[in-house]
Amino acid sequence: MPIEIRTASTASEAAGLLAGDRQARLLSGGTLLMRDLNEGRLTDGVLVRLTDPAYRQIGVSGSRVELGAGVTMAMILKRRELACLHGAARAIGGPAVRNMATVGGNLFAETPYGDFTVALLALDAQVMVLQGYGAPRAVGLEEFLAGRGRASSGLVTAVQVTLPQNPLDLRFRKVSRVRPKGIAVLSIAALLPTSGGRVTGARVAYGAMAPTPIRAKAVERALDGKALDAATIAAVRAVATEGTRPATDAVASDWYRREVLPVHLARLLSGQE
Amino acid sequence: MAKVPVQFRLNGSDRAAFVAPADNLLTLLRRGLNEFGPKYGCGQGTCGTCTVLIDGELQLSCLTLAATCEGRHVETVSGMANGPTLHPIQQAFMEHFAAQCGFCTPGMLTAARALLEANPTPSREEVIDGISGNICRCTGYEAIIEAILAAARSGQVRRA
Repeated sequence: MPIEIRTASTASEAAGLLAGDRQARLLSGGTLLMRDLNEGRLTDGVLVRLTDPAYRQIGVSGSRVELGAGVTMAMILKRRELACLHGAARAIGGPAVRNMATVGGNLFAETPYGDFTVALLALDAQVMVLQGYGAPRAVGLEEFLAGRGRASSGLVTAVQVTLPQNPLDLRFRKVSRVRPKGIAVLSIAALLPTSGGRVTGARVAYGAMAPTPIRAKAVERALDGKALDAATIAAVRAVATEGTRPATDAVASDWYRREVLPVHLARLLSGQE
Repeated sequence: MAKVPVQFRLNGSDRAAFVAPADNLLTLLRRGLNEFGPKYGCGQGTCGTCTVLIDGELQLSCLTLAATCEGRHVETVSGMANGPTLHPIQQAFMEHFAAQCGFCTPGMLTAARALLEANPTPSREEVIDGISGNICRCTGYEAIIEAILAAARSGQVRRA
């Protein structure tokens, strides 16, 4: 069966199409799926397009934000309230890619891509997943990423995040060999809320250090309750690579990624450029 | 394979074609409509030489499914000049030797156009970001950046 395009006007219609056909794929911004088509990795099956305006909506109420899965990086960069996400959104591609690449698609980007998801993971995002008909179900991003490879994961309709009270509490860094744009050697997002000069409730996430973006739980433990000083940063460096399983690819070897991760993490925490 | 019809505007003219459902916009433009302005570079969205404007927004034609262009306005580098009169950015590229082999030029010009139409007085850093999705293997970028800054200084590119 060759490629067939189906257009759905509502999320439940799209979810129904995806649920009824395990081969069906959702075409969102196209930056991942079209590569598969162009390179002949995807030669048959149904492509589902979703035209529901809600799919591309940004809802902000106070610190609660809902990003429709079809919201592009460029749309995020236009919203001042989302300033803490701008660093991660700007890390995706050039201007044309940012006009196309979506929040939902980024959740499925294979390593070393998916830098925006790293920031979402640090923010403890909830992924809204619609399976067949009914209402979408909230799935923690960590759990979502763990099950990403499995089929019939449903339709991602939106991502919900709570923004930090101080936008500067979320720090993001993408390390690449080419400036100003390149594929990630690795990326790091760190949510570092402080109270009385001490970090409380740190959440740190890595991109390109495992098959999916991962939490750096040992780093979080080393930060919690501590002042962000030289001794803490030294302790963080010592556990930075715990739990990582980076790949060797055209950008960097697994060895190189492990070697430079502590350096970049320390720079991010100490506020160095 | 069953083809699907698609109608859209291309550089201000109405066009219609039949496309295979898996065809990207670049294939439709080059093979279906003899519009050879945008080039095929990587087919992955990495090189930027297939860059076009769709409804005024910078997009990559190799990553756009042709059938999704129904009713939209696609603008390529070929629509920039007005008859024999070059677009001010094209003129600046010529004067600053911003094209060498020329393969990246259609994408560079289109990206520069989108940048200056949104921001007629960009800083050097904004110009670099504006063309950061476009790869050039000849010029080292310096001449291209200078040309775009010169086009901006000329004040002839109007906000879209």
